[in-house]
Amino acid sequence: MAQLTTSPQKATRPPSGFSRRDFLRGSGAVAAATAVHQQATAIAQEVKAAAVPISGEQSIDLDVNGKPVKVKAEPRTTLLDVLRLQLDLTGAKPICTDGSSGGATVLVDGKPMQANMMLAMQAVGKKIQTVESLVGDAVPNAFVACDAQQCGFCTPGFVVAVRAFLNQKPKATEEEIRAGLNGNLCRCGTYANIIHAALMVVKGGTNG
Amino acid sequence: MVEYSWPAKDKATAIGTRVKRLDGPEKATGKAKYSYDINLKNQLIAKGLGCPHAHAKITSIDVAPALKVPGVVHAEPLKKSGDEIEWQGELLAVVAAESPAAAAEGVKAIKVEYVQLPVFVEEDNLVAASAVVEPVPTPRPPNLISGRAWKGGGKTLTVKEPGDNDDEATFGDKEIERLLKESAYVVEATYGIDTITHCCLEPHGSTVEWSGGKLTAHLSTQNVSQTAGQFATPLSITADDVTVHCDYIGGGFGSKFQADYWGVAAARIAKATGRPVKFMLDRDQELKLGGSRPSAYITVRLGADKDGVVQVWDSSHWGSAGASNPGGVSEGQIPYVFTPPNYRRLQTNLKTNHAQARAWRAPNHPQACAITQTAYDDLAAKMGADSLEIFKKNLGTDAKSGSRGAKPSVYLAEMEIGAKLIGWKEHWHPHGKGPAKGSVVEGLGLALHTWGGGGNNSTCSVKIHPDGGVETFCGTQDLGTGTRTVIALVLAECFGLPYDAIKVNIGSSKYPTAGASGGSTTVGGVSAAHRRAGQEAFAKIAELVGKKLEVEPATLEAVKGRVQVAGNPAKSVSWKEACTLIGMTPLEVPGANRNSERTNLTSIQVGGVQFAHVAVDKETGVIKLKKFVAVQDMGLIISPQQAESQIYGAVIMGIAYSLFEQRISDPKTGAILNAELKDYKLARLGDVGEIVVSLYEPESERSRGVIGLGEPPVISPGAAISNAVANALGVRVPTLPMTPQRVLAAIKAKV
Repeated sequence: MAQLTTSPQKATRPPSGFSRRDFLRGSGAVAAATAVHQQATAIAQEVKAAAVPISGEQSIDLDVNGKPVKVKAEPRTTLLDVLRLQLDLTGAKPICTDGSSGGATVLVDGKPMQANMMLAMQAVGKKIQTVESLVGDAVPNAFVACDAQQCGFCTPGFVVAVRAFLNQKPKATEEEIRAGLNGNLCRCGTYANIIHAALMVVKGGTNG
Repeated sequence: MVEYSWPAKDKATAIGTRVKRLDGPEKATGKAKYSYDINLKNQLIAKGLGCPHAHAKITSIDVAPALKVPGVVHAEPLKKSGDEIEWQGELLAVVAAESPAAAAEGVKAIKVEYVQLPVFVEEDNLVAASAVVEPVPTPRPPNLISGRAWKGGGKTLTVKEPGDNDDEATFGDKEIERLLKESAYVVEATYGIDTITHCCLEPHGSTVEWSGGKLTAHLSTQNVSQTAGQFATPLSITADDVTVHCDYIGGGFGSKFQADYWGVAAARIAKATGRPVKFMLDRDQELKLGGSRPSAYITVRLGADKDGVVQVWDSSHWGSAGASNPGGVSEGQIPYVFTPPNYRRLQTNLKTNHAQARAWRAPNHPQACAITQTAYDDLAAKMGADSLEIFKKNLGTDAKSGSRGAKPSVYLAEMEIGAKLIGWKEHWHPHGKGPAKGSVVEGLGLALHTWGGGGNNSTCSVKIHPDGGVETFCGTQDLGTGTRTVIALVLAECFGLPYDAIKVNIGSSKYPTAGASGGSTTVGGVSAAHRRAGQEAFAKIAELVGKKLEVEPATLEAVKGRVQVAGNPAKSVSWKEACTLIGMTPLEVPGANRNSERTNLTSIQVGGVQFAHVAVDKETGVIKLKKFVAVQDMGLIISPQQAESQIYGAVIMGIAYSLFEQRISDPKTGAILNAELKDYKLARLGDVGEIVVSLYEPESERSRGVIGLGEPPVISPGAAISNAVANALGVRVPTLPMTPQRVLAAIKAKV
């Protein structure tokens, strides 16, 4: 992945006629031909191996909520746009542009990540879990039991963040919860009940 | 004739019980579809180009380059050459494309040329505003004073009336001076509260589609029933050809009553392209255009007698509500809740290069509370007196009130409860005289508030099916306040059914018309309308069951899924059986509430009191909320769990605007410097401390019926927290938010 993001400042035009800016824009500039039509994993590997630029729309394979899915992505397409617009998994929300709201929190190989801060191609070969996969889980159940939601727009991101946090710290104390869940924003002010919900899960509530 | 009433507290089986919100599981698992989430087949994504300048004239605008961008399907200007733009972010053009990225690239390709014009955004600076030199429109607006300063109203009232020898024009001013001179205590101070934005997490916007000549707009709105016409008129159709739909809204707070010009643009583009269009504002556009709350800054002189009862109030305040229509915090709310016998209050409105403010939860009240109840606390500080005692004295009694809104006895009873919960006796100390732990000092403060909140105009249609199924249709909306759950509880009570057996259909303009959700009017409106429909429907069923059981219908009640002779389950039929008596056609009963009528079902004017306990680090200027207590009257409480949640939320919003939240503009360019969420600081989970909510529902207040809760609890936090900080430091941090920088500056100014 590093090759996709390094040195954007040095966008000088290489002899091939390809510029990094064109590449990032995915505007159809000529890309090195070898990688263009290959499958996603292969693309990722090739890119890693040779820093071969890619451009335009590609078909890539993702693993979302335990199912293989084929989606279309340009290099600039975010994971969030793929989830929401192609897979109709709209639980993760486009709240911010800078990752500061936590609204687009999904689990990537078990780790909480912002789907709007990640390119779809970066997700190739990784296990993506969205809030939709947490039906029946103790965390959303506790959110309902504790009324840890109002308008609900931040709720899916928070549910995933709490799930990830408690996976790391299943015995979290209230103090740890207050210190550890500050990556997500809520405007209605549901924090008090989110704390209650997280504590309920720690105590083993709403399982099954 | 059915007599409409609420059941007594000890008789109610659904109303007043703690339940899970009906739409909780959908929201917690991502199933709930907001306007932003509605994906329509073949839809285009639209994005707007926001004006980079706060004040400029457009000299040329060319959208053609956008059309050359791959994926762009449509581009159109919203403004033309010669148009003057008066705030940053105003949308100049819109591009619709196959993907968000293509739309964004298209927006970047649009060529606009401007002539920049002078900017004024210093909303806290009355002197600078008055001194602005710029062309004055002709004819000269009557309220324009000078520069960017406009008259906003004012009033002088004195107990003593002018005598025969007094000059009437100057009497009031002289009397105010005399009273101040004769006061035992005088407080002279300045206070302020900066502009904040609504910052809805779901930005304003819609996903729209045409079918034949009919438009469906999935609009993020708190006004489902009254926005169809806003689309129709500019599109040259009639409102009957428009359906506005909104199952879920990601925050409104008073900013989402309109279709907005970008909503109309989405519909126009959908028509032009023959494809559905999704047009949601970007985050920075949301913060610049999506709504803001006017700022307020005040200079005050207050005079009190030797007991600390304020006898004279003299203030001048100013602030800005933006560029379109100079406005600000209403002088009618100054001072807030307290009504001193003599006062002079003057309001000046500054016109700044910002988008026009929109109604923000409890318009005028939070600012008025923050800039005036702080002065009452400073009076206590000056006297070395207990703030709680000074607040109590100034409230007066029910017989001789010194306040408005709720009865003094309501505020006083709530003060007793709140003082116990916050530990006022144990923790209070004279201002600045508490013990320090290193550089950290603690303090307590309080504030109080009132709000009208009578039920809005709402209608509904309740349908009871012959198989026992119950549903209702109502063109209201659930902003996250629990409207669905409230409606279900009201009908569950009427029919003796579990609340989750009631199917609540809301969020469509094709349902019976209901009022906008603004001003804390929804819960009163929909609950009264549904109570009437529910009681009427049950009366009809009771008549049928009465015949079958050969009893007086009036003796029947609905309890636990049965219709029975009151207190006699042996003489009963099941709900299902009762409904078979309806016949083949469902029983459909309308219900209505009219805002203008005061009934026992819904009423107005609640009171609330809030207390804050803070810790302030004098070295860093950082304030931490240790504990916050909110005691709130809302008449009869339908759904306590959701009521509590709403109060928690209001308090947390209050913590945000007290400590963190402010719109920051560059004084030279007028650019808003913090229009992204990493810079626009809101409270986070770790910032809120312990919050205790106490629902105040004695029979005296419950008997007034249901009164809305959206606004009241968000009013007091500013003053309560500011007063607690002043109590801790012995120094007033005059302007909200009390950022570390401002705390340190206040401490330094004192030394």
